[in-house]
Amino acid sequence: MKLLSRILKKANGSIGFAMLAVVLLTAVLGSVWTPHDPLKSDLMNRFSSASAAHPFGTDMFGRDILSRLMRGAWVSVSIGLATLVLPVVLGTLLGSAAGYFRGWFDRLLMMVLDALMAFPGLLIALGLMAVIGANRYGVILALSFAYLPAVTRVVRGSVLSISQSEFVEASRAMGNSRLYTLIVHILPNCLAPLIVLTTMMFGWVLLAESALSFLGLGVPPPEPSWGNILSEAKAHLMRYPMLGLLPGVCISIALLGVNLLGDALRDELDPKSATASSKETL
Amino acid sequence: MEAAKQSLKAVGDPILTIERLEISFGGHAVVRDVDLELRQGEILALVGESGSGKSMIGRAILGLLPEGGRASQGRICFAGHEITAPTSAEELRLLRGSSIGLIFQEPLSSLNPTMKIGEQMFEAMRLHTDLSETEIRERALDMLRQVRLDRPEALLNRYPHEFSGGMRQRIMIASVMMLKPRLLIADEPTTALDAVVQREVLDIMEDLARANGTSVLLISHDLAVVARYAERVAVMEKGDLVETGPTRDVLAAPQHDYTRKLLAAAQLGTPNPIAGQAGEPLLAVENLHVDFIEKGFLGLFGGTTHHAVRGVSLTIGRGEAVGLVGESGSGKSTIGRAICNLTPKAGGRVIYEGTDLAECSAQAEQRLRRRIRVVFQDPFSSLNPRMRIGRIVREGLRHDKSLSEAERTEAVGEMLESVGLERDMAERFPHALSGGQRQRVAIARALIAKPDLIIADEPVSALDVTIQAQILELFKKLQGEYGFACLFISHDLHIVEQLCARLYVLNNGRIMEEATTEALFGAPSHPYTRRLLSASPRLERGEQGLHLAASDLPDAPDTGHVFFDATEADALYRLVDLGDGHRIALRAST
Repeated sequence: MKLLSRILKKANGSIGFAMLAVVLLTAVLGSVWTPHDPLKSDLMNRFSSASAAHPFGTDMFGRDILSRLMRGAWVSVSIGLATLVLPVVLGTLLGSAAGYFRGWFDRLLMMVLDALMAFPGLLIALGLMAVIGANRYGVILALSFAYLPAVTRVVRGSVLSISQSEFVEASRAMGNSRLYTLIVHILPNCLAPLIVLTTMMFGWVLLAESALSFLGLGVPPPEPSWGNILSEAKAHLMRYPMLGLLPGVCISIALLGVNLLGDALRDELDPKSATASSKETL
Repeated sequence: MEAAKQSLKAVGDPILTIERLEISFGGHAVVRDVDLELRQGEILALVGESGSGKSMIGRAILGLLPEGGRASQGRICFAGHEITAPTSAEELRLLRGSSIGLIFQEPLSSLNPTMKIGEQMFEAMRLHTDLSETEIRERALDMLRQVRLDRPEALLNRYPHEFSGGMRQRIMIASVMMLKPRLLIADEPTTALDAVVQREVLDIMEDLARANGTSVLLISHDLAVVARYAERVAVMEKGDLVETGPTRDVLAAPQHDYTRKLLAAAQLGTPNPIAGQAGEPLLAVENLHVDFIEKGFLGLFGGTTHHAVRGVSLTIGRGEAVGLVGESGSGKSTIGRAICNLTPKAGGRVIYEGTDLAECSAQAEQRLRRRIRVVFQDPFSSLNPRMRIGRIVREGLRHDKSLSEAERTEAVGEMLESVGLERDMAERFPHALSGGQRQRVAIARALIAKPDLIIADEPVSALDVTIQAQILELFKKLQGEYGFACLFISHDLHIVEQLCARLYVLNNGRIMEEATTEALFGAPSHPYTRRLLSASPRLERGEQGLHLAASDLPDAPDTGHVFFDATEADALYRLVDLGDGHRIALRAST
């Protein structure tokens, strides 16, 4: 919690945190309550402009846009969070095993991951989606695999450099097993870059989910996600620009918040800035 | 030698004057009210512990204070130039390099790794002189010869990483002195180097400076090292200049308490060798070989094998302190690491209490290995930065299953107290501790399991001199209390002399000489041992107070031995016993 208070003292940290908090709260609220049923269409009342009953108006099927954005927030955010689990867990396992035990496993894994990284994450996800099929779980699985290489590489890199520290040797010299040394001494020191990467990744996943939905490969309609609300709006963009603008703004707020918070976290967790105060300047 | 120094003393007019200088960062003054004068051709040593502000003065003279620092009061005047109030930034830039040269501590980072040595040397010459390319090249070659580097023509086309630390520092000196600066600022120029190389580099620097009439400001934390070279000494304590005077007078009759403290530390204590018990040795290493293989491209196309340790045998008795001494690269740390299995052996046996560690069961090996603990060189990297001190020390007890939580906590508290730390330090993180305190924590972690053997790998060489003495005292005290045996690895013979009963002198992976400490210091036989001995200067107490110990050893008795020279690694090698366990390396006749 000390970390949180330090981050909130920074301008980018506090703004990012506030933006992200708004997004998360909206998502949680959207999962249990929305002003109207986001799926119920009212064909008599299409493209209505803002009113007391529909603060953001209605879309081409007369559905309440605010309700759809709120539910969409829940869908997008829950997919985003769920997508982080697999890459972080599996990536940490693979990355630390590769970085600490080295050898043929490391070489093989890195060859595969390097090959994967040569493709943009979205392209891999697209390919996987084509196989798995377009649904919520397909999106989660496809994006998980798309971001796995990034986590693995980051963890492997930190493990590799921390393994050279004398305190790791000290642990080995004390008779501790390799596994114990890895878990107790090495991994906690890899936490900082991993936290930063995870924060940033949440933003990338939000964007990628929107992009997939926009291409019609994401969450299937009528279930709203920010991406498919945007996608549905594109046919009417010339006459009703607000239909596209509103989900766009939502995605922008979430992304900006995540990026600001990620930057603040990176500055705060950077070992150089953490130890700078304790080391004497010359 | 003293007389020679006196005659060389070409004391001329003041070239650098510092008056009431104050350097501050924000509102915080790191250097206060310093007056200093350096005359033409003089070598002045600026001595102090880390954080005393000595490096800041060196930087202020160049007008290169780090971000946020400024000379808030006073003036620095160099040969008619007001450094603190220059007429233009250009004025300072032109002074740097051509009139004031700077040598840094770390030659690895002060040479550009992507530029050939020659290019780096030519660069400054092109900038500051009008000489032609051929003349510049001639000057560079000449300088490289003057710093005693062989085949300088070939060196010009090589990159910094191809050289050892000592050679890089010589190249650095060559490229700085090539411009014949009037003032040379050497900021801890040899701290990263071991004793033998340090001596060589400083000798070269002194010769060059004296030959060119260059004044030198030699910044160091080690009074004993600089005493040999400097005519005058200035002592800094926490930003204040506490004492200035001719070296001889400061050594003989220090006026300030802090100077006395520094001198006491540089003297070390009286040697107190810890002899072990007779009988079966606790640890015996037999014919140890360690190879390092540098892999070729992608690990596929073979590689080159580097023999780090070539057939070393040694024994450590129960409760005995044994010293392992050699230059960096001699393989001494590798032996320590191979004993604790941190580096794989290429051959040989490690026998602990009569049991060959490679032959007994894995469990028995684990159990025996836990009786050996290690103290590492660098206390800044040997403690996990994310663990509290208490947890770090407690981890040493991890394999002792018989203790309850409360007993562990109690043991940690007691251990912290016996290494001279407060119990409540257990709650702190390593970064809140000083280097000396951290090393105490590392010692506590090693000792808490009451091991039979401690392998101490250069445990004091990363510390300030005053702290070194304290840690050595602590080692002696703890050895008395706990009675552990110790393999003390160091490049400094005078440090191992403090507590070791027997010494092994190592060079290029082979033992050069093996003897009791008394015998080794009384009659060092092997030329390499003699070189090591003369390399690390120490202060001696004489009739008129302290003075620098005579560094030139009496000639070795001519025994007719043909000594083994470690630079000819392929020559036939044998250890010959001179009696009383004094062995020396000779070149086998056939």
